[in-house]
Amino acid sequence: MATTWTQQTLNHLRRTRAWKSIFRRGPARTNRTRSLAIFGNIFLHVLPVKVREKSLRLRATYYLGSFSFFLFVVLTVTGVLLMFYYHPAVPEAYRDMKDLRFVVANGVFLRNLHRLAAQVMVAAVFWHMFHVFFRGGYKPPHEFNWVVGVGLLLVTLFLSYTGYLLPWDQLAFWAITVGTNIISYVPILGHPIRFLLLGGNIIGENALLRFYVLHCVILPLAAVILIAVHFWRIQKDGGLTVREDHERKG
Amino acid sequence: MSEKAKYEAGFGSDALKDPQRIVFITKKTSAKVKGDVGRQVMSFPHVILREAIAFQVLTIVLVAIALFWDAPLEQLANPLLTPNPAKAPWYFLGLQELLHYFPPVVGGVLIPTLVVVALIVIPYFNVNIEGAPLWAARRGRRFPLVVGTVVALLAILVAYQAWTVIAPTVLVAGGVLLSNFLSPGQGRLADFLRARPLPWWVMTWFIAVALTLTIVGTFFRGPGWSWIWPWR
Repeated sequence: MATTWTQQTLNHLRRTRAWKSIFRRGPARTNRTRSLAIFGNIFLHVLPVKVREKSLRLRATYYLGSFSFFLFVVLTVTGVLLMFYYHPAVPEAYRDMKDLRFVVANGVFLRNLHRLAAQVMVAAVFWHMFHVFFRGGYKPPHEFNWVVGVGLLLVTLFLSYTGYLLPWDQLAFWAITVGTNIISYVPILGHPIRFLLLGGNIIGENALLRFYVLHCVILPLAAVILIAVHFWRIQKDGGLTVREDHERKG
Repeated sequence: MSEKAKYEAGFGSDALKDPQRIVFITKKTSAKVKGDVGRQVMSFPHVILREAIAFQVLTIVLVAIALFWDAPLEQLANPLLTPNPAKAPWYFLGLQELLHYFPPVVGGVLIPTLVVVALIVIPYFNVNIEGAPLWAARRGRRFPLVVGTVVALLAILVAYQAWTVIAPTVLVAGGVLLSNFLSPGQGRLADFLRARPLPWWVMTWFIAVALTLTIVGTFFRGPGWSWIWPWR
């Protein structure tokens, strides 16, 4: 078989000392080196080395979990870029939105992408959960991973919700007003919780700063930790659920 | 004369001296060691390549939409100027719709808490793990129980006049009760409904209610949370 110039170069590159020092292996030609590609890589080692062929079918997952994670990646990248242009203060926050629209190169596109991915991620996580439920993916030995998933759903909702306030326009302000008013209905603890979240009794500069820190630091960290556990537990719990009737049909 | 055992249980912690391991497979074992799991393939490249393609498809679609669909930006926040209606983000509009019918402690605190608790405990109910159809056994006892639950639920909802909750509830309750009277050979939909277990019906009901409330809250609610038609 004729190999192209790029393949030849890549093959040559894979055998160099530098490549092996970075990836700890040569070309992934045997099952041993293919295994090494997964468990010898710090980012991939939480994933299983082998998977059932049936779990690769589109209707087994529709890649909903993967899409949820990829949306989180897109949101992290666009979010960090947006942070370069953002001041969590009143009224600078709103002025920064105007700057993104009229001054920053591709600022509109950046904000569009971040907001779109956020909306789609909420929908994707919900859809992922319902799909896992109907496939029986919560059943033993996957019980705890389902609970981690519920945690991830809540983190996703809080991430989206805290981000909603940051543009500091009418839409943001009143949506957060409606939401935080619900918290004050919690018996006994309602008002203290609301005070803690807002840094005061009204939605002002303190609330904006708290939502900003929650949105950019605390909740993303929580999400990363839970995602790592979620992925790792798929491997430890014996791979994705393959339905019995699918196995019989072959 | 007994033959000397070829192995013995060791408790040494020296990895070089004690390389041999014995695996005991007990009755309650994890799925990983269960017999037939079907053909397996290597994650690299089979999974990694598919995930890479999925990521690219997602990014292309997102970029294509983000190029043309602008994120909304209204006037500077003004605590003195309340919009009517003031709406939460779309995923909380179902909750806001509930608040319209129920007292705040019920609609805003009790129901969401119950939903989260219910979601967490789902896998720890090891009832009907095989997913046996609801009407497969003990119909005589189950049918009045289901009817009773539905009637009690609808009575509470009617008392609060929660019409947008009642509509999907009636629809799903109709389905679950009707499926009791279906018999084999009445088409694929009938066979499908007859084979559904109770958890399927409960989750379908939850999704139907959540979806209805969210859509109504997003498109059909205007000033003072009154009913509006979005196309007018």
